[in-house]
Amino acid sequence: MPLIKNGVFVDDPYAKLGDADPLPTDRPFVLSLARFRKERDQVLAGNSARGIQLKSDESPEALGHDLPRLSVVALEFPKFRDGRAFSWARMLRTRLGFAGEIRATGHFLYDQINFMHRTGFDAFEVPDGFRLEEFARALGEITNVYQPSVDGRTTVRALRSALPRS
Amino acid sequence: MYRYDEFDARLVRDRVEQFRYQVNRRLKGELSEDEFKPLRLMNGLYLQIHAYMLRIAIPYGTLAARQLRKLAHLARTYDKGYGHFTTRQNLQFHWAKLVQVPDMLAELAEVEMHCLQTSGNCIRNISADQFAGAAADEIEDPRPLAEIIRQWSTLHPEFSFLPRKFKIAVSGSEHDRTALKFHDMAVQIVRNEAGEIGYRVYAGGGMGRTPYVGYAVGDFIARNDILAFLEAVLRVYNMHGRRDNLWKARIKILAHALGPEEMRRQVEREFEEIRASGTLALPAEELARIEKYFAPPAFETLPDDDPAFAAAEKSDPDFANWARTNLTRHRIAGYAIATISLKPPGGVPGDISHEQLDGLADLMDTFGQTEIRVSHEQNLVLPHLRKKDLPAVFARLKALGLATANAGLATDIICCPGLDYCDLANARSIPVAQHIAERFADLEKQHAIGELKIKISGCINACGHHHAGHIGVLGVDKKGVEYYQLQLGGSGAEDASIGDILGPAFGEHEIAGAVERVVDVYLARRVNGERFLDTYRRLGMAPFKEAAYAAH
Repeated sequence: MPLIKNGVFVDDPYAKLGDADPLPTDRPFVLSLARFRKERDQVLAGNSARGIQLKSDESPEALGHDLPRLSVVALEFPKFRDGRAFSWARMLRTRLGFAGEIRATGHFLYDQINFMHRTGFDAFEVPDGFRLEEFARALGEITNVYQPSVDGRTTVRALRSALPRS
Repeated sequence: MYRYDEFDARLVRDRVEQFRYQVNRRLKGELSEDEFKPLRLMNGLYLQIHAYMLRIAIPYGTLAARQLRKLAHLARTYDKGYGHFTTRQNLQFHWAKLVQVPDMLAELAEVEMHCLQTSGNCIRNISADQFAGAAADEIEDPRPLAEIIRQWSTLHPEFSFLPRKFKIAVSGSEHDRTALKFHDMAVQIVRNEAGEIGYRVYAGGGMGRTPYVGYAVGDFIARNDILAFLEAVLRVYNMHGRRDNLWKARIKILAHALGPEEMRRQVEREFEEIRASGTLALPAEELARIEKYFAPPAFETLPDDDPAFAAAEKSDPDFANWARTNLTRHRIAGYAIATISLKPPGGVPGDISHEQLDGLADLMDTFGQTEIRVSHEQNLVLPHLRKKDLPAVFARLKALGLATANAGLATDIICCPGLDYCDLANARSIPVAQHIAERFADLEKQHAIGELKIKISGCINACGHHHAGHIGVLGVDKKGVEYYQLQLGGSGAEDASIGDILGPAFGEHEIAGAVERVVDVYLARRVNGERFLDTYRRLGMAPFKEAAYAAH
């Protein structure tokens, strides 16, 4: 699947491992939380960059102290209506202080991209044919935001207080 | 009232264009109906039996005259000449055309209105006490906080795809006119023993298939912390609310599965973190800035006993009846709060015509009223009328067909649109409301009965609040035939309770008679000025049940 990272298409360096695939030694990979739990020591032993794919009902808190040793946390949208990943992403960026890649996978809509970006996602697995102009458009549709969030956008309240006092 | 600044206005305009783009993609086939649905729902657009229904947000139920005129214009131009006020203080048009909706939204934006989040699994329009700023028992006007919550919840990046819809109400009074404890979350402005003002936060209330009375998750939240606390409740819900079953997805199910202690523990954990980060602090200056918009009008010093008012009461029995039921004591001497009933005999509860909308706007201008309110009981309220103007106001209302003297009485019925309009309904509710209203058409009788809240829903979703009715009626479908269940003893006020189901459902032509017989039991057995609800609570179900089924 095409990958948009930090606003541009990039080649995805990560191999997505099925539960039976051997652990690669020479390239980055992403695997499920279940497999990570089983093979934790081997996974962390290698030098390759590694990531975990979480299902929408798996809290990133489950990663515990291993989180700093991960470079990607992929959050799944099993269907676009399942909005838990918005909270998981935000938790990763705030409570857990995760600075690596937060990747959106699964079924989400163009119209959710702005919310995802605001809650801390920086990588998006998009369908074939998805155009970069759409991505830029999605982020720019709504100029003003009321909520402070991890994207650091200036809120309406801050804009108001920056106005010259009448 | 609140006025948009350039930032609010820009957001609403952007949203209109965003929706226009979504509609175009749908019309071009780039979006499937399944993909379009959550997007249009997020903008209050439902596909119903006959057409699209557009639900317009009326934040905390407050409207200016120019907004009424715009709604009148929309009703004339894009609909069949009328609109319908809902129990969430919103207005619905039932005959919208998809291609015209972006234009309707653009017109609404001209008067600082929108349809944001009037549907969908997001934080819905914020409702508040319709007597805000006028009620004699008020601690503080709830609308500044409601506006702050509106802004915080608008296009919230984390909470726009919740397990299910999320409704918030705010009240600033002892007496609850907003059904606080039946909301997903509610804020009550309270004063502690030291005289400080803070917020009590309820969560987990709801009606529908599994009704619950909400409980307090925060007893006294400091003003500065309120948004952090609300965000904490929402985060717990978004992470842990059920998503496997549509009927169990509301926060009420989570809140009552966890229980108050565990729910509070989880909320507290999130709250501490958000509070510590400081990002959602609500500084006193910000609250004060918003409060300025809601400053009360300049009240005159007037005698509370106005001679013109007293004379009209003596000479005009219609006025006297209306004054008795539709006026509420104002906190300022010489003023009154007037409830404008949208429940005329034979009418559709909550419906209003474009002529009436325009007529009310003119009336507001004549009598210096800068705002009008929508109540969750589907009526309108003029909050700050001088008593000496009331005879003239009444005459104008009469000419508009808006002088029905039944506020709070048996024929002031809450009713959802039912199967006449709604895709979800199992049974018609409007004709049942009309049949019941006919039984109590005699105003003398209604006055003799006193306060009686009859609430009717056409399906288990309970948009007509039947669980919270002193008398609740629920339409059900049995093999293609409409039947009506009777519930007694519910209350949406501070003494919130869920009505008890009386027994087997009644047929369409039996239900009004059963309601009447139940009321007769009350009239025969009440003591010491009890309301229907009090008598029911004292006597229990048995005598009412016996009477209801007596003619069977």
